[in-house]
Amino acid sequence: MEGTDDTRSFPGARPPDRTGRVDSSGVGLAVNEWGEPDAPLLALVHGGFDFSRTFDVFAPMLADAGWRVVSWDARGHGDSDRARYYSWASDVRDHLAAITSLADGPIPIVGHSKGGGQILDLLDGRPSLARAFVNLDGLPSQFSAPDINDRERRRMRRADLTSTLDRSSRRTELQRRPDTIEGLASRRAPMNPRLPKEWLEYLVTVGARRDADGWRWKIDPFLHLGGFGPWRSSWSMEHLAALDVPFLGVLSGVTDEPMGWKSRLEDVAPFLPADGRLEFFDDIGHFLHIEQPRLIADMVLEFLEPVR
Amino acid sequence: MILRTESLTSGGLRLALHTLAEGDGRPLLLLHGLGEHAPAERPSWTSAWPGPVLALDFTGHGESEVPVGGGYMPESLMADVDAVLTAKGPCTIVGRGLGAWVALLISGARPELVHGAVLADGSGLAGGGPQPPSPYVEVLPVAVTTTPDPFALLELSRDVRPPDYALDFVRFAIEGSTLEYPIVVSARIRPDWVAAVAAEPDVLDLPLTEALLRFAD
Repeated sequence: MEGTDDTRSFPGARPPDRTGRVDSSGVGLAVNEWGEPDAPLLALVHGGFDFSRTFDVFAPMLADAGWRVVSWDARGHGDSDRARYYSWASDVRDHLAAITSLADGPIPIVGHSKGGGQILDLLDGRPSLARAFVNLDGLPSQFSAPDINDRERRRMRRADLTSTLDRSSRRTELQRRPDTIEGLASRRAPMNPRLPKEWLEYLVTVGARRDADGWRWKIDPFLHLGGFGPWRSSWSMEHLAALDVPFLGVLSGVTDEPMGWKSRLEDVAPFLPADGRLEFFDDIGHFLHIEQPRLIADMVLEFLEPVR
Repeated sequence: MILRTESLTSGGLRLALHTLAEGDGRPLLLLHGLGEHAPAERPSWTSAWPGPVLALDFTGHGESEVPVGGGYMPESLMADVDAVLTAKGPCTIVGRGLGAWVALLISGARPELVHGAVLADGSGLAGGGPQPPSPYVEVLPVAVTTTPDPFALLELSRDVRPPDYALDFVRFAIEGSTLEYPIVVSARIRPDWVAAVAAEPDVLDLPLTEALLRFAD
């Protein structure tokens, strides 16, 4: 790892060639682009608690193969505006606003984790947006539900409600805790236990900002992992069965890391659309495109070649 | 008539809380239905309530502030009611329609501050039903500043309300309340979640005025 006190580099990481913003009903979304501006468009959608610069290695690989790769930060994430409310539905709507602002017609869309799940829902309402859809470990399944009894599940839901209400009442006072680059990276490590320290430190320099107190993640401090409201995996998986575009799903079989739905082949296979393709890697973690960017990029490029 | 309106702040957003009647004792808090706002005068069915009668405009409704870019969830509106409970102390709540669903949620989330919740008929009672409704994703071309916020109308009429999810909140309310029966169903229209709540053995099923008398104690 090289860099000054304020910068870090990571092998293969490349900042976007262009940046911009799109509007989603008053919420400004930060857009990053890699590749030639007149190349065919390809969208990358990041997952929860990530941001578009987490594609700094993966996106250039796709761009170098002749795609104009665009990605945007979800509301409250990265350099996008913070919003009063965050919900699955508003994220889905923001994706619609971004895609229709950037593209004149259907484009290939690659979504990771929560971003992949949200694109699955978006395409159920707006199927004509996509020419192809690649879902990177963003297919929810019942298997991922923790093995807890009903009483404990209700206790956790109650505790989450109370803490969310408490945080909501203190919302204007909330701040991300400042730290050094190394400190922020080490605090993120439990979320990304399989990713190298050098990558996490690089992420700090593009996903956090430095002020007088130190580095703070840009993500809205009101946001936290989880969230509430009723949700069933089957509600999204039924949308998978309804897809009518070329589909590639890539699943991670690693189950001992905190992020991801940990869906198994047998969970997803019954919902696979006609001609859909499913790949499973039991030795790559949830952040497949970061752990094995070349392998995943080549797979995506090969899959998307017919729709270029 | 509205006697006075005060502004509360909920996480940086301004909420309008109207006083419809003065009185001594615990306040009665009215939560309106989807697309509605606080009533312009004290409803006749509250006439026997001895304490103050308050009415809240939910975020994006009536005189309350409109957030940019939508993202409404009924669970988020709980924070509006929580701001009232923080400012006024324990209240009895009557919710109409959407307000009935929010009243149930806040009864479960803050059982120590909700001294009885009455779930009544009104706009937005069913939400999107027990399963997700047909897909509909739309972007509004401009930021909205008027009420009712179209995003609220869109999103709060489509949120999913599974009966088992509703029953979790009934259990929270019963476990955390000092009342034997903290939830009363007065709604005559019974979408799945209301029917499930009403069927619970620790939930009462009473007409609105009787329910209020019970909590007026």
